[in-house]
Amino acid sequence: MLEVKNLQAFYGESIILKNINLDVQEGRIVCLLGRNGVGKSTFLKSIMGLVNTPCGSIRLQGSEIIDQPTYARARAGIGYVPQGRDIFPHISVKENLQLGLEVNNGKGNISPEVYELFPILKEMLARKGGNLSGGQQQQLAIARALVAHPKLLMFDEPTEGIQPSIIKDIGKVILHLKKEGYTILIVEQYLEFILDIADYYYVMDKGTIVAQGFVCDMDKETIQHKISI
Amino acid sequence: MDTYLLQIFNGISVSSIFMLAALGLAITFGLMKIINMAHGEFIMIGAYAAYVIQNIFSQYLPASIFDFYFFIAIPASFLAAGIFGWVLERLVICHLYGRALDSILATWGVSLILQQLARSIFGAPNVDVKSPDWLNGALLIHPGLQLPYKRLFIMLMVIICMTAIYYLMYRSNYGRKIRAVMQNRAMAASLGINTRKIDAYTFAFGSGLAGIAGCALTLLGSIGPTLGTNYIVDTFMVVVLGGVGSLWGTIAGGFLIGTGNTTLEFLTDATLGKVLIFTLVIIFLQWRPKGLFTINSRSLDE
Repeated sequence: MLEVKNLQAFYGESIILKNINLDVQEGRIVCLLGRNGVGKSTFLKSIMGLVNTPCGSIRLQGSEIIDQPTYARARAGIGYVPQGRDIFPHISVKENLQLGLEVNNGKGNISPEVYELFPILKEMLARKGGNLSGGQQQQLAIARALVAHPKLLMFDEPTEGIQPSIIKDIGKVILHLKKEGYTILIVEQYLEFILDIADYYYVMDKGTIVAQGFVCDMDKETIQHKISI
Repeated sequence: MDTYLLQIFNGISVSSIFMLAALGLAITFGLMKIINMAHGEFIMIGAYAAYVIQNIFSQYLPASIFDFYFFIAIPASFLAAGIFGWVLERLVICHLYGRALDSILATWGVSLILQQLARSIFGAPNVDVKSPDWLNGALLIHPGLQLPYKRLFIMLMVIICMTAIYYLMYRSNYGRKIRAVMQNRAMAASLGINTRKIDAYTFAFGSGLAGIAGCALTLLGSIGPTLGTNYIVDTFMVVVLGGVGSLWGTIAGGFLIGTGNTTLEFLTDATLGKVLIFTLVIIFLQWRPKGLFTINSRSLDE
C-alpha cells in the first residue's frame, strides 16, 4: 500500500529524517515507535507533503506521490490524524466532519457508521470544534479522516494527553477499522497500546529506522528500552 | 438637530461603503496574512468600470435605457476589480505569503502602478459619472430633513451585498473551505482542499467587493486616479477596529467610524474631527488590541 524508500526530510536547513525505508502492507496496522524528537511526526508530515522532502520516494499503491502537493495526496486516499488533532476551532463539529468530504469535492454524506463509532459526536454536532475536550477532539479528528473512507489512515500519537477510558475506546475503534479492511500507520510512544493492535513495528531513532519486526515476535523489554528516555 | 441627523445619516451611508471595501480587506488579510496596500486601487478600478459602462450606454445605446446603466455597472465593477485582483494574486501576492512586511512594500508599488495606469488611460483630471435620474431627489421625512435617494440606494446595495457575503461565507461549501484554510492551512490541505485555488478565488472576490464599493462612490462625487488612496486609510481603520476576519466586527467598526466621524466633525471641524476619531481608535486598541469582535476558544494553538 505504502512504500517509502531512502526518504530525507528537512525543516529549513536542518535535516530531520536521514534515510528512511518503510513499508505498510495492505490491511495491516503498522506502528512507528520512538522517543520524543526523533522525527516520527516529521515522517508523517513528509508523507502528507507538509515538510520539505528533497530526495527519496513515496509510493501509494504503486504510484509515486512525492512530487504531489498536499491536497492531491489527500485526494489520492491518505487520511491524516495529526498530533494535537488540528480540529478547526471556530467552526462546528458538523462542519469539521463535512470538511472531511472535501477529498471528493464535498460530495457524498457523512455515513452513519461514523456516529456509531463515536456516539459522543452526534450529541455535539452544533458545538464549536474548539470547545470540545481533548479526547472529544481526538475522536472528531479520527471521524473527520474516516468520512472519506481513505485507503491509508495515519494516526500521530492518538493516545497523547487523553484519559484512559477514551484511549480504550480509540483502541477498539482502530481494531474495528482493521476488521473492515483499513490499512493503518500509527506513530506512538505508548507501547502497551500498540501491543494489542499492531501487526508490525518500526523503531525510529535520530532520523533513521533502528529496529523492525512483527509485534508478536517483539522483545518487549529491549524495545521499551529503545523508546524510553 | 435635523442637520445633525442628516450628518449621521450621511456618515452611515459613507461608512457602509467602507464596510464593503473593508470586508474584502479583512477576508484577504484573515486568509493570507497579506496587507494589501493596493486594495484602495480596486475601489478606483470599480469606479472607473462604472464610468466606462456609463459612457458605453450614453454613446451606443438609446437614451431611454440610459437610466438602467447602473444595474450593469455594479456587476461590471465587481468583475473588473475581481479580474485585476486575480491577476495580482497570481503574479505578485502568491510569492509573498508569510512575508507581511514585504507584502506592504510590494502592494504599495502595485498601487502606484495602477494609479499611473488609470492616469494614462483616463487622464489625470477627475471625471464625473452621471447618476441615473431615478436616484436624484430625496425622501422627505419632514421639512428640514430629507434623505437623498442616492444614499438610501447605497445602503440598500450594501445590505444586499452583506447578505450575499454572509451566505457565501457561512452557508456554502466554498465559505466553509475559506474558513478552514483561515483557521489551519496545513490541516485544510491535508483534507484535500486546494489552498492555492482558495487563495486566488478569495483574493479576487475581496477585490471585487472593493470594486462594488468604488461603483457606489461614483454616486457621491467625481472620481480620479487617487480615489483609492483617499479611502484606504478609513478602510484599514474599520478593519482594525472591528477585528480582523470578523464579518460582524467589520459591520460594527464601519458604523462606529462613520457615526463617530460625523459626530466629531459636526461638534468641532473636519480636521479636528479626524484627529479625534484616530485618537479614540488608538486608545480603544490599547484596551482591546484585537478589535471589537474577538473569538475565544479552547484551542491552544492561537
